[in-house]
Order: sequence, then C-alpha cells, then structure tokens
Amino acid sequence: MKKNKLALTFSSIAENVSIARMLIASIAAQLDLSLNDIEELKVVVSEAVSNAIIHGYQNDPNKLVILEIEYDTEALQISVRDQGCGIPDVEQAMQPAYSTDPERMGLGFVFMQSFMDELNVDSVVNQGTTITMVKDLNKNHASLH
Amino acid sequence: MLIDKKIERQTLTLSLKGELDLKTSESLRQAIDTEIDRRGIRTVILNLHDVTFVDSSGLGVILGRYKRLLPLGGKILIKQVPPHIYKIMELSGLPKIISFENESSDEGRTGNVQ
Repeated sequence: MKKNKLALTFSSIAENVSIARMLIASIAAQLDLSLNDIEELKVVVSEAVSNAIIHGYQNDPNKLVILEIEYDTEALQISVRDQGCGIPDVEQAMQPAYSTDPERMGLGFVFMQSFMDELNVDSVVNQGTTITMVKDLNKNHASLH
Repeated sequence: MLIDKKIERQTLTLSLKGELDLKTSESLRQAIDTEIDRRGIRTVILNLHDVTFVDSSGLGVILGRYKRLLPLGGKILIKQVPPHIYKIMELSGLPKIISFENESSDEGRTGNVQ
C-alpha cells in the first residue's frame, strides 16, 4: 500500500471533536483494524483535540486545530497541532491525574500512552503544541488490553 | 447526546444515549447540577446502556458529580455499561471510586462489568 496522507483543519470548538473522531474511525476501518483498536483510536484523537481546544486555545473558538494522519501498512501516525499557549512543563502535564481543571481527570495523556505505541509532545510556550502519536500496524491486532 | 430524565423523591435517574465527549458532557453536568441545586437530589443513577463513546471529558463530569454529592451525603451509581465503555472507565480507575451495577435482565450486554 502506498503511503496516504490526510490533513483536516478546523475551528477550535467542541463540535469538531466528534468530526475528528469520525475521520480516524473511517481510516481505521479501511485499514481493517479491530473494533477495539478503532475505539482506542477514537479516544486518543478525542483527547488530543480536546486538549488543543481547552488547554492550547483556552476555549477560544476563533482558533484553528490541525489534525494530520499519515499511514501505510507499517504504521499509522496521528498528529494534532495547535498554535496556542503551549505547555510550560510537558513532563508534569503528562503525569497521571495531573489537571489544571478540577473537573477533568488528567487522563488524556494516560489514554494516549496506553493506546498508542509512540507518543511525542512538542510544545513551546506561546507558540503552540504538537502531539504526535504512532500506532504500529505490524503487531496485527495484538492490542487486546 | 440524548438525556432522558426521571425523578423520584431524591433520586435522579438519567438514561444517556450517544457520545459523551467535550461537547456533550457539559449538558450532562448541567442536567445533574440543576437537579442537585433545585430539588435537593442526593442519589444520581446513570444508565449508560446506549452510550457509544466516552473520553476523559465525560469521565471528568461523572467524577465531578461524585465529588459534589459526597459532602452532601449523596451518591452516584452507574448502570448497564457497554463492555467497550467499561474498558475505558476501568483504565481511568473510576470503578474503584464509583459504584457500578450490572443488571441480569440486560442479556449479557454488560457481562464484563464486575
């Protein structure tokens, strides 16, 4: 299979989180991934996009989030980029149960780490954050958590 | 997401249908908090039978309602969770804090729930 690349740019509003999930679910279905894998991919995209909206852009609806998906038979890479406030301490933000908002559980990164094979957070304060995640497709549906 | 609401004395039962994410969890928060404030609800039962997706925004709202009810002497109970939703909840540690209930009448759909 040739490499395929998709990019979706959308306003930083909560309505778009489910649209981002639909895109990854369609791609995962084309790749013949298991239902379990599809569910997990929907969760990680949901978390990364929600982070960009809530934290990156502090719920400012006039900003743009970029979702990029790239895949071949070997791997599926998802990146979510914002040009928002950035994360001052990435290591701290990735701690389980760390959250700046008491209503949220600080679980976003926990799910991303659990469900993906690679997770990279690139963040510069006042410039933005890019979350890049890779799922290894060679394991062949091995992810039966 | 659709929320079907039933109130009996101090118990609020909500049956949810659809996806529980950043967009929809806010309406769930409001639906519960309004009844806690207005009618002195102390027990909240969430039926998740028809929930198709949950992420940390949804889990955060559920945990947040638990934290609100606790000092009021109230509680939250979660019923009929589909297996793939329960998996996400389990990873979050929520079942260690909040009561989950399986119903035998549910023909095994929640069979994975303790």
